[in-house]
Amino acid sequence: MKLEDKLFLVTFVPDSETHLSAIKQETCRTCAGKPCISGCPAACWEHEAEKNEVLVSFEGCLECGTCRIICPYHNIQWKYPRGGFGVKYKFG
Amino acid sequence: MHEPQGLRTPAKMVAAVYFSFPLLLLPILRACRTKSFVEAAMAEDKFDVIVVGAGPSGLAAAVSLAKAGLEVAVLERGVFAGSKNVMGGVFYRHPLEEILPDFWHEAPLERAIVEQRLWMLGAHGHTGIAVRSDTFGGIKPNCWTVFRAKFDRWLAQKAEAAGAMILTEATVESLLRENGKVVGVHTNLEDGDLRADVVIIAEGANSLLLRDIGVHPEIKPNQVATAVKEIIALPAGKIEDRFNVEPGQGVTIELFGSLSRGGVGLGFLYANRESISLGIGLLTSDLARLQVKPNDLLEALKEHPSIRPLLASGSTEEYMAHLIPEGGYNAVPRLYGAGWLVVGDAAMLVDSVHREGSNLAVKSGLLAAAAVVRAKENNDFSAAGLASYRNALRDSFVMRDLKKYKGLSHFLESHPHFFTVYPDLINDAGTAFFTVNGQSKREMQRRLLKMIRQRRGLLGLMLDAVQGGLTLQ
Ligand SMILES: Cc1cc2nc3c(=O)[nH]c(=O)nc-3n(C[C@H](O)[C@H](O)[C@H](O)COP(=O)(O)OP(=O)(O)OC[C@H]3O[C@@H](n4cnc5c(N)ncnc54)[C@H](O)[C@@H]3O)c2cc1C
Ligand code: SF4
Ligand code: SF4
Repeated sequence: MKLEDKLFLVTFVPDSETHLSAIKQETCRTCAGKPCISGCPAACWEHEAEKNEVLVSFEGCLECGTCRIICPYHNIQWKYPRGGFGVKYKFG
Repeated sequence: MHEPQGLRTPAKMVAAVYFSFPLLLLPILRACRTKSFVEAAMAEDKFDVIVVGAGPSGLAAAVSLAKAGLEVAVLERGVFAGSKNVMGGVFYRHPLEEILPDFWHEAPLERAIVEQRLWMLGAHGHTGIAVRSDTFGGIKPNCWTVFRAKFDRWLAQKAEAAGAMILTEATVESLLRENGKVVGVHTNLEDGDLRADVVIIAEGANSLLLRDIGVHPEIKPNQVATAVKEIIALPAGKIEDRFNVEPGQGVTIELFGSLSRGGVGLGFLYANRESISLGIGLLTSDLARLQVKPNDLLEALKEHPSIRPLLASGSTEEYMAHLIPEGGYNAVPRLYGAGWLVVGDAAMLVDSVHREGSNLAVKSGLLAAAAVVRAKENNDFSAAGLASYRNALRDSFVMRDLKKYKGLSHFLESHPHFFTVYPDLINDAGTAFFTVNGQSKREMQRRLLKMIRQRRGLLGLMLDAVQGGLTLQ
């Protein structure tokens, strides 16, 4: 089953502002493995080749915290979404 | 006074109303009491205790504190308690029954677990053990599978009924501090700041507040696992047939071996009433090292020859991700300070050997509540006034169990063959042992020994056994 199809099954209350972002793009450019990209269970992080930037789609974030901890340079600004926003599990 | 049982019907009804009137008033009185204390507390912006997070640790603390008569508010960032929470999830009877006796008669539980299996997965199959006992089930089951979105919501209602106030959609953004003491929380709510004598931090594994007050340096990637899980729907009858259980009974399967691709990782497959919970967790540092995607591990697990038939014809209902604290004893941060205590996953209280977390969370919540009640009696909320929490936790099963396995996570990280070589080796050896192909048994034994020598070496095997044994001693 494809990840997109699975994420389609998850309920989100979308916020208008992001709760996460890469702090310095220069740091990302020098980051060899870019583990935030492969490690995110929801594939929120991607490398945008044209601008050579690492970008995040916060709307599909499952709020697990993996990217915050896996980033070898502590280069991710991470806070919880505002109260009531973000992922809302049926089962959990 | 007449006994109502002896009266004729209309009179009986009048009597019933008459006698039940005070009972009817009770919830109203309780609501007034709750409302008035909450209003009073909000007006002067001061509670006895603020709990950050409505998971099992925070809610257990809240039930206990409210029952002791303290004014307690629980702040939860989700739309409802449980809406952000994930576990396998096996919930144990002990120690929640200490504060909610017989809770299993009303709590939203899935199946009472009567059989626990441990499977080592090789490429072609598995080798396993299973323990089944009637005594696991019965009238007082040992544990059940649960859905946390349902269970935590119910537990929050119990806390509310005990007199606690549950504020949802409330994210605590920082702790208020004055003169080195925690005096409350700053939230995203309209009148953002709430004050209390004590703040109990029950944020779960991804705790931000501890880091902000400098108690917990940034969590290291080898101190947590990233877990993903799916709920796969199946009719109850199919589950009972596939797992050989009766209605209401369930089975758990813990999985390790080839599924973690050489990293430190565990999988699980638990039977719910009308679904299966299937998940896998890998040390977050290994996720980085191996550059694997969590969902790819889960998909590969679904295709494993021992797992696939158990899931056949099921349909995925939900997908989720969460961290699991794996640092064990050595990763437990400072547990208390002036005006604050930390409980549950935020304090890294997880025993991953026995996949126990929620019970340690509940126990730590109860012990924290007891320490706060004592501090209230002495009107001393300083670090010294709250120190009884650390001592009680140290003397409980929580710290004792964590201490017992304190070397294990490091041992497994430095002995990857427990996840790579052995499961396949054991499975292949077992397969050779049971295969009939005209070879004499002596030849077969020789072949097995050769297999062991080639893949791990006899000395390595013995060293692993001795060192592993010492770690678990
Ligand atoms: C995949 C997986 C499988 C597991 N399996 C098992 C199992 O089978 N059995 C078992 O016993 N344990 C298991 N565990 C461990 C168990 O889930 C945890 O030990 C337990 O949930 C810890 O409870 P807690 O109350 O400390 O934290 P949590 O349950 O994480 O609760 C924390 C709460 O705080 C809220 N919160 C966090 N920060 C804030 C903030 N700043 N403001 C407001 N609210 C906030 C969160 O939304 C959440 O509701 C598993 C864990 C995972 C991830
Ligand atoms: S892991 Fe950190 S530094 Fe590396 S690409 Fe991701 S955000 Fe940038
Ligand atoms: S918190 Fe988890 S789901 Fe969200 S972006 Fe980070 S890794 Fe992905």
